[in-house]
This record gives sequence, C-alpha cells and structure tokens, in this order.
Amino acid sequence: MAKYIGKRLLYMILSLWMIVTATFFFMRIAPGNPFASEKKLPPEIEANLNAHFGLDKPWYAQYWEYLVRIVNWDFGPSFKYKSQTVNDLINEGFPVSFLLGMEAIFIAVAVGVLLGIIAALKHNRWPDYTAMIVAVLGISVPSFIMASFLQYFLAIKMGIFPVARWESFMHSVLPAVALASTPMAFIARLTRSSMLEVLANDYIKTAKSKGLSRGVITVKHTIRNALLPVVTYMGPLTAGILTGSFVIERIFGIPGLGAHFVTSINNRDYTVIMGVTVFYSILLLVSILLVDIAYGIIDPRIKLAGGKKGE
Amino acid sequence: MQISKDKFKLVGTQLGEAEKISKPSLSFWKDVFIRFRKNKLALFGLVLLGLLIFMAIFGPYMTPYDYASNDLSNKNQAPSSEHWFGTDDLGRDMFARTWEGARISIFIGVAAAVIDLIIGVLWGGIAGYKGGRTDEGMMRFADILYGVPYLLLVILLMVVLGQGLSTMIIAMSITGWINMSRIVRGQVLSLKNQEYVLAAKTLGANTSRIMAKHLIPNSMGPILVTMTLTVPSAIFTEAFLSFIGLGLTPPIASWGTMANDGLAAMRYYPWRLFFPAVFICLTIFAFNVVGDGLRDALDPRMRK
Repeated sequence: MAKYIGKRLLYMILSLWMIVTATFFFMRIAPGNPFASEKKLPPEIEANLNAHFGLDKPWYAQYWEYLVRIVNWDFGPSFKYKSQTVNDLINEGFPVSFLLGMEAIFIAVAVGVLLGIIAALKHNRWPDYTAMIVAVLGISVPSFIMASFLQYFLAIKMGIFPVARWESFMHSVLPAVALASTPMAFIARLTRSSMLEVLANDYIKTAKSKGLSRGVITVKHTIRNALLPVVTYMGPLTAGILTGSFVIERIFGIPGLGAHFVTSINNRDYTVIMGVTVFYSILLLVSILLVDIAYGIIDPRIKLAGGKKGE
Repeated sequence: MQISKDKFKLVGTQLGEAEKISKPSLSFWKDVFIRFRKNKLALFGLVLLGLLIFMAIFGPYMTPYDYASNDLSNKNQAPSSEHWFGTDDLGRDMFARTWEGARISIFIGVAAAVIDLIIGVLWGGIAGYKGGRTDEGMMRFADILYGVPYLLLVILLMVVLGQGLSTMIIAMSITGWINMSRIVRGQVLSLKNQEYVLAAKTLGANTSRIMAKHLIPNSMGPILVTMTLTVPSAIFTEAFLSFIGLGLTPPIASWGTMANDGLAAMRYYPWRLFFPAVFICLTIFAFNVVGDGLRDALDPRMRK
C-alpha cells in the first residue's frame, strides 16, 4: 500500500510539474505584453514594472522563482487588477464554487445511484427503459445547455426559482441541478450495469434460497457490492463538476472561482489564467489520488502493493 | 400405448445432409450489423445521424440566405416561413447558420477522432508490439500526460495559440490520443501471441505488415467504438470553448458560438438559443447511442 501510494504520488508530482512547466512556457510565448494597453507606457515605467514583476531576469531564473512560489502556495499577482493576487481570487471564489460543487456532487450521486438501482431491479421493464433514456439524455445534453433551459423555463417563464445570483439556498438549486445532470447520468448507467453484474452472482442465489427477503438481499448483498465501481467514478466526477462550474457560474452569475477564471480568460489576464490552472490541476490530481486510495481501502479484492492492480 | 411400427422409417446415414450448413455463413461485420440492427435506440441514432449529415451537406442550399451576410432591417425575427429558424441580432438567417454550424461541428468531431486514431494507433501499436522497455517508457509518458486535466490544457492552448479551427483541433488532439493508444496497446498485447501472428512471422512478414494486416484489422472493433465516442466529446468541447469565449471567431457559425450569442438574448429571442442548443444535443445523442450500440454489438458476451 505504502509503495503504491508512493508511486502514485511520484506520478502526480510529475504530472503537476509538467503542467506548471507547460503553463510557464505557454504564457511566455503567448501573444501580447502583459502591460500592453491603448496608451503606450513610457519606457522607464515599463522597465520599472518589468523589474517589479521580475520580468527583466533571464527565463531560467523566472522559471525557478515560479516553481518556488508554487511550492509555497503562492500563485502570483494579477497583471490586470494590480491590487489583487491569484491567492485573493482563490480565497474569495473557491468557497462559493466548493459549496456549489458539493451540492451538485450530492445530487449526482444520490439521484444517479437511485436511478441505477431502480433500473437494475426492474431490468428490461419500463422503469429500466425510462431510467436509461433519462441517462442517455443526461449524457447528451451539455451542462451549459441544461443550465440555460432550466433558467429559461423554471426561472424566467414559471418563476419557481430565482433567475441568477448567489444569495440563498433557492438560488443554488438550478445551478447545482444543471451541474449534476451529466455526471448523474453516468453514475446511473454505472450503477445499473454493476448491479446487474452483482445480481448474476451465485451468492445472490444463495441468499434467495436461504429465504432472505428481497429488501435484505438488495440492501445488504447487492447495493453494497455494486457501489464499488461508482467510487472509481468520483475522480472524473470531480473533474466534470469543476470544469462545468466555468460555464454554470457564468450563466447564473455566481461569484465563484470558475466565473473568475472565465473572466480572466476573456481579459487575457495571463498570470491569473496560469495560477488558477495550476490550482485546479493540484485540486484535481489530489482528489483523484484520494479516490484511488479510498478505493483500495474499501475493496479488499484489489491489491495495491507492487503498484499493479489485481484482476 | 401402442405405436405401430410402420410409423417409423429407416433413413440411414445421410452424410451429405449432416455436413450441410443450414445457415449462410456470416462474416464478423455482418454478424455485428445484425446485432446492431436489433438495438432500436442505436438504429434510431444512426438514422438521426444520417439526417444530420444530410442536412449539413444540403441544408445551406435549401434557403436563399447566406449564413454570413447581415440584414439589419430584419434582425431578431422569430421563426417564420421566410426565415425558418428566425434571424439573429445581425439579421443573419438562423437556418443557414445552423447547418453551417453542423458542418463545422461534425468536421471538428471527425477531425479530432481521425487525429486521435492516427497517433493512438501508432503509439499504442508500437508500444504493445515492441513490449519491454519501449512499452514501459511510452506508456509511462502517456500516463503522465494523461494526468494533465484535459479541458484545462485545451483552454490553456487556446489562450496561447489563439482562436481558430485548426488550433482547436490541435489542442484537442494533444491529450485526446492517449485513450486510443491505451486501447490499441491492450488489443495488440492480447493478439500478438496468437498463432496466426506466429505463422505470419514464420512466413517472413515484417513488423509493419503484421501490424497492418493482422493486428490493426483485428482491433478494429474497439477502435471504431472509441472513435465514435470521441466525436461527441469533441463536439461538446467545441461548444464549451465557444461558450467561454475561446471558440471560433465570427463570421464562422459554430453551434457553440451561436448558443453563446443566443444566451445573452434568451429572455426575448429564445429561438436564437433554442436551435443551436437542440442540434448540439441531438448530434451528441446520435453519436453516443450509435457508439453504445456498436460496443454492445461487438461484445461477444452479448451473443445469445
């Protein structure tokens, strides 16, 4: 186990290093000067600005400084908003995004698992078909389209929910549902197929012939085993929720990190794009690692030692 | 009960009859097609896809209007017999724009899938066939690259390379091929020790011939499924990028940019969002169910 975690940690750090290096060099070759504006700056001021941000040093010195700063959890300044750093932006926006993301994850897992279980228990009957059509639709409708439709019909036309902003629980319902729709569909399909696989096992037959009730078999023997593959989906789920938040927060006017990120893209605020990308990457890679470790602990059939997953 | 003996007749052994194959012999792909046809949803997806492709080719010619020319006296018109899907804020015909967008979206999807196919098959094929250190090194590199979050990297590349059709396809392919290479490698690993490969080697076939004639054609099933499922994800990515302002630049009409424009005007001119949004969903849906149906049809475990 320790060896496995060590190996995974090493890969994670390598991936992260690749991202940090790539962002650093990408931003150097990106078109435009960070201080470019309509007014031409006097050369003295530009030199001062360059000195202030360390841009007058050779690239390897800048690169090294950048690496050191990332390790110290300092994602750098914003070139467009002089008084704000990327860390400020993260501290301000991330709690909002986190709350929204957690709500969406809760909806996706709860509804997705429920749909999957119903579909598997009523295999090849109408509840199964209904649940799977819902799932295919969920996969086919991108989150930003789901969000705009929900906003148009439920908020603007019917007025059941507030249209936008981030003030109360009611404000969070539509964005969370929109964010959850695609992962929910994936979870429903995953739960269904894994339930069907478990239901075909001999120990389910044994439980039936012992005279156990349907409810006990379902809860104690089937669901517990069928949910294991769903845990592996938690990594991609986090990634989906995170990238989905870019558009959802924009559509619903939520002041989260995703919305800030999109604004910085549109402003071509390179240091912010760079910093937030690195922050998101750390977040994603760490959560995927945690999910994999948790999976190894939950499922005793998987041997992590030696770095190879057992069959 | 008595059964009289004359009800029975000695037929003897009819050797020719026993050897006869009653069912016509089916090639693998015919068999796949028969199973695919039984899947109603997948068949529906295929028909839908056919319709979408037909409209992408001929749709722009069905209306006298051009997708890019402005007509400011007729802006934001609701759908009517004149403008079937209405017009946008510059008076451009939405019907023409929608099918122009279909061309762009399907082109992006197919181009991304083909590039993934080429790189993935080469990388995965070589890694799987050579094995040993080569395999180890190539796949470790793929693992590290795979750790890089896909959409974040695409966004970053779009910011740096600038917006445009080709940069978008390049950005999508930089990490998109990894999935394909893993699948091809797995297939090649399981196939390369089969007897017919050994036979081909004994007959003096070189590596590239074995790859091209034996390993790749026999991995075609999973490759095809992966390709079919790459297309909708590329279409989604295009729409997503356009939606956050990193997509194609006007006057190109893509579904993503149209949806993005439509969102701003959703409250008053909902059709401007409705048409591109519905066609994005339909296309992704069609590719997804065809891909799923293909996967089920190719899976030998599904055989009854």
